[in-house]
Amino acid sequence: MKKIIHFRVKPRIKEWIIETLIRSSAVIVIVSLILIFLFVGKETLPIFFSSEIKQEVNLNRLFLPQARQNEKFVWQPISTVPKYSIIPLIIGTLKTTIIALLFALPLAIGAAIFTSEFAPTWLRELIKPAIELLAGVPSVVLGFFGLIVLATWLQNIFSWTFRLNAITAGIALGLAILPVVYTVTEDALSAVPNSYREGSLALGANVWQTAWGVVLPAALPGIFAACVLGFGRAFGETMIVLMASGNAAITSLKFTDSVRTLSATIATELAEVVVGSAHYYTLFFIGTFLFVFTFINNILGQWFVQRLRKRLHGET
Amino acid sequence: MKKFFLLVIGYWLLVISYYGCAGPYQQNKRRTITIKGSDTMVILGQRWAEEYMKKVATERPQVGADRPQVGAERPQVVIQVTGGGSGTGIAALINGGTDICQSSRPMKENEKKAFSGKQKKEVKEIPVAIDAISIYVHKDNPLKELTLEQIKNIFTGKIVNWSNLIKGWADKKIVAYSRENNSGTYLYFKEHILNNEDFATDVQTLPGTAAVVNAVSKDLYSIGYGGIAYGKGIRFLKVKKDEKSSAVEPTPENVYKRTYPISRELYFYLAGEPQGEIKNFINWVLSAEGQKICEEVGYFPLR
Repeated sequence: MKKIIHFRVKPRIKEWIIETLIRSSAVIVIVSLILIFLFVGKETLPIFFSSEIKQEVNLNRLFLPQARQNEKFVWQPISTVPKYSIIPLIIGTLKTTIIALLFALPLAIGAAIFTSEFAPTWLRELIKPAIELLAGVPSVVLGFFGLIVLATWLQNIFSWTFRLNAITAGIALGLAILPVVYTVTEDALSAVPNSYREGSLALGANVWQTAWGVVLPAALPGIFAACVLGFGRAFGETMIVLMASGNAAITSLKFTDSVRTLSATIATELAEVVVGSAHYYTLFFIGTFLFVFTFINNILGQWFVQRLRKRLHGET
Repeated sequence: MKKFFLLVIGYWLLVISYYGCAGPYQQNKRRTITIKGSDTMVILGQRWAEEYMKKVATERPQVGADRPQVGAERPQVVIQVTGGGSGTGIAALINGGTDICQSSRPMKENEKKAFSGKQKKEVKEIPVAIDAISIYVHKDNPLKELTLEQIKNIFTGKIVNWSNLIKGWADKKIVAYSRENNSGTYLYFKEHILNNEDFATDVQTLPGTAAVVNAVSKDLYSIGYGGIAYGKGIRFLKVKKDEKSSAVEPTPENVYKRTYPISRELYFYLAGEPQGEIKNFINWVLSAEGQKICEEVGYFPLR
């Protein structure tokens, strides 16, 4: 390719200004991320270093079973003897996340395969914006839908003891991550070169065999990235679970029990907590935990996607 | 691009000049009243403050550039309301850190002593509103009344099945709904009904009384508590102080007669007799206009 460079003196300064502006915006994004982590992380330090706070809350109390008569893991920060086990909160978060993924992944990936491989153009032009519109629904509306409508439907069908439980919240949460997973999966499928499809069809495979045997495997890294993204979103989502899960910190593996999630706990309790108390630092610890967990999740996801991509395309 | 920058600069010039001009006049005639204390009463205090400041502002003659001296008789009143808890408010009053202390409990004797020791005057107690908590069940639930002891046992997880409360109705688990632990209602309930024991872990917590009312109205086997809000599909339970006393319905009359057992007075505490603008404010709070706001926020006016 031939490079065309216009030498003029004046625009150089303008270019320099614009370049610096663009570069500094990139730096600002990274720096603010680091600063958020530092400031949130700083507020958790007393849990590790302040002897006064450590008497009330420490890693042992946060994660390990406590010697009590009936329940080993209890989240009860407002109490004469405050109890700060975050195990029920972690279990609750995982329960809603699992339900959300079980609900959203098959639907989203199925819909993506349909729109990119099978649907006629006019139908695709209809479905794609419709699903993407779902991403624009504010999460508080989805939470309200879960609390008022979905919970009643599910209770009428299954008559669970708890009207608001991990399944209700998980399905409402699934509606929130569905468009994310759908969009990324659809993009991954569309990015598969048409020559793959043509080659497969030329060899005598039908449309279904082509989609399942050729296009889907080729798009697998992208689909996996979509799942990781969906997981991260579901794990940290607050408003939906706050409204539709009942917020009882029960330590059980039953999906029909009410659950309290990490993010909902921060959202409700941080507003009124006494600044500088053990409870306050614990809430910041939960925030740091969420941050680190989603960070590691994303990095592992990225790494796995790259490995997958190499294995599928790299060696050819 | 140029136009845009000019617009931005123009806007900032406008903002700066506005505050620059308006500042001196307002600062001249300004009386700040600070209110601190109970978290339960923060919203009530804020609504009072808003309404009162609006009222004073409209009563004051307009201070314009053409006639800056007309509003001189009455200062502009600015009321700042903060929470922190009744104890925090009382401590602030003792140390002279607030004009008015809002408290959802009467001041203790030793607190009063500490106050008069430090401030060399008597503390002034003024009841300003009444708060009551009602217990709700689904409208088709046959339960009519509960004792305070039973309410406590339900929410601490000692009574878990409806068959323990009503004979031959349903062998179903009691689903209990509570408010989030950041609400004053939660703290009051925990202090006065549960005697500071912990809620059972499977008690669900919902954001707002409206959410509790809604959940109870949809759930035949549930029970919840909250302010006396009027919701469809729920029923208020009568409450008995103990086995022997009679069951009392949470009606305004019973709350006023103090026969309904889950109610309390909310107080203002002041350093001595109120004076000047503080006196005007308190007179207004106790007037029909101020008391109407209690009802709007969900409390009972004094009578």
